[in-house]
Amino acid sequence: MKTFSGKVLFLDRSDINTDEIIPAKYLTEITKEALKPYLLEDLSLEGFDPKKDIEGKAVVVTRANFGCGSSREHAPWALEVNNINAVIAENFARIFRQNMYNCGMFAIELPKDTIDYLFNNYKGKEVSIDIDVDRDKIIVKADGKYEEINFKVGEFDKTLIKEGGWVDYADKNY
Amino acid sequence: MGKTIAEKIFDAHRVDLPFPDTHVLKLDAVFCHEITTPIAITDLQARGKDRVFDPAKIKAVIDHVTPAKDSKTAEQGKILREWSRKHEIKDFFDIGRNGVCHAIFPEKGFARPGYTIIMGDSHTCTHGAFGAFAAGVGTTDLEVGILKGVCAFHFPKTIKIVLNGKLKSGVFAKDAILFVIKELTVNGATNMVMEFTGPIVDEMSMESRMTLCNMAIEAGGTCGVCYPDITTVDYLWKYIKDEFKSKEEALKEYSKWVSDEDAVYEKVYEYDLSNLEPMVTFGYKPDQVKPVSEMTGTRIDQVYIGSCTNGRIEDLRVAAKVLKGKKISNFVRAIVSPATPEIYTLALKEGIIEIFQEAGFCVTNPTCGACLGMSNGVLANGEACASTTNRNFNGRMGKGGMVHLMSPASAAASAIEGKIVNSELFE
Ligand code: SF4
Repeated sequence: MKTFSGKVLFLDRSDINTDEIIPAKYLTEITKEALKPYLLEDLSLEGFDPKKDIEGKAVVVTRANFGCGSSREHAPWALEVNNINAVIAENFARIFRQNMYNCGMFAIELPKDTIDYLFNNYKGKEVSIDIDVDRDKIIVKADGKYEEINFKVGEFDKTLIKEGGWVDYADKNY
Repeated sequence: MGKTIAEKIFDAHRVDLPFPDTHVLKLDAVFCHEITTPIAITDLQARGKDRVFDPAKIKAVIDHVTPAKDSKTAEQGKILREWSRKHEIKDFFDIGRNGVCHAIFPEKGFARPGYTIIMGDSHTCTHGAFGAFAAGVGTTDLEVGILKGVCAFHFPKTIKIVLNGKLKSGVFAKDAILFVIKELTVNGATNMVMEFTGPIVDEMSMESRMTLCNMAIEAGGTCGVCYPDITTVDYLWKYIKDEFKSKEEALKEYSKWVSDEDAVYEKVYEYDLSNLEPMVTFGYKPDQVKPVSEMTGTRIDQVYIGSCTNGRIEDLRVAAKVLKGKKISNFVRAIVSPATPEIYTLALKEGIIEIFQEAGFCVTNPTCGACLGMSNGVLANGEACASTTNRNFNGRMGKGGMVHLMSPASAAASAIEGKIVNSELFE
């Protein structure tokens, strides 16, 4: 199982698409590692600098419909090779969300109010998030304090997180 | 309680329900191209699982960058080619016989009513035009599809989109789907099947239905779907004539894959499109859509006619009708890419290629090319393209470029004017 804790990268926009997460021109790479420098290279978001803002982050918090667009699993991989194994959003595009769990990574959906709350209270601060897989809780830490937020995840998704992905599971069962 | 077409397909293909709302379906076809499949192949090899569930059900094509433009794309082609040979995948389309995946696979009869289809490509939703459940997936799902012939999905909620009225002359499936995406937004159909029905869809050719379903993903849809009817049977007839005694018999069989009258929908949208004007996108999201008339005069540098959305013969015929006897503006460059060799050949025979060339278009071989900004018409920073493709994301056709999505008629008219204009010819 991967680790799901560390500093938070806030991306304050809805509909961030897969071309923004990893542009098509890098799809000719045949190793995941090669994608590392290009994560979010084409993101249009004021004040965001991929060269400075990604380093050291482990969890993304964003708005609605994250990962819309193409089916490229390069999008989760580009996150993964930058040590970001969890994205928290209002909701996700279907293929992106499935790709995350298929890779044993978290795509956690929280209600809009909770996402608004996270942005209002924590954006711009030094924040870290730990995801407690067994208790279905997100632990948000900032200014020496912490709070817990519950989340829901389906059994299938959790099995993929724990078993490290869909290929081995399917090969064993079908 | 009645069922939707997607529910019927799920019921007929479910092999397991390992967890709540996790439906493992048997697949009728797995489609592959050279951008997302090689990485699946190398991963399967690394896991010691270099097998395929059924070589007859796997179809593969090199289409995104072809002929290869550099060593990396050559390597991707090579991996797919060698794998197809090793596993005796006979429906593998290499250079010279290759075309854009979502155009060539239906043209070969690989998409059928009631089928389940996956591909490592988001526009796999196109094949729903045949009354199939066809969904784009990532690499891991593709690997499992190749290895075991199954894929897991959540239960498909369906929204029904009823297109009433009659499209005006000069208004096409592309304008209709741009309008629908504007109404639904890019997130409006996430996790849902989009069922297209109504008199306008009934009238449409298979090509137009494919244009409609192709862009379902731009509203977040899992799959677009149209009911199979006699148009579907006619299109497929050359491939199915040995299976059925008559077209009527085929139609009867395929009628299994139509939603029941009392099927339950998440939501039903009804639009009367009788007054719909030609539509165009203006931003970096496919739901940023306006009538072309409100964008008239917008500067463009390039025109691109092609792709899995609008690179079919019907599209080229429409564009050629606009272009016949005219020249493109000196201020633009224009590219047309017939989506498959068969379309190219037909266009040659019908004199369409000549019309494009006389007008000043560059005619390329069938490929995705500029659609995803990898070859054959990448934009420079600050340039804009009038394009018949399906995505206008920032950087899609080249870093710093702007893409205006529109119909082939509008794109052709804009090429002549050198800026965005309505196609007068059809009015
Ligand atoms: S034509 Fe464009 S959208 Fe269609 S499959 Fe090729 S790259 Fe994708």
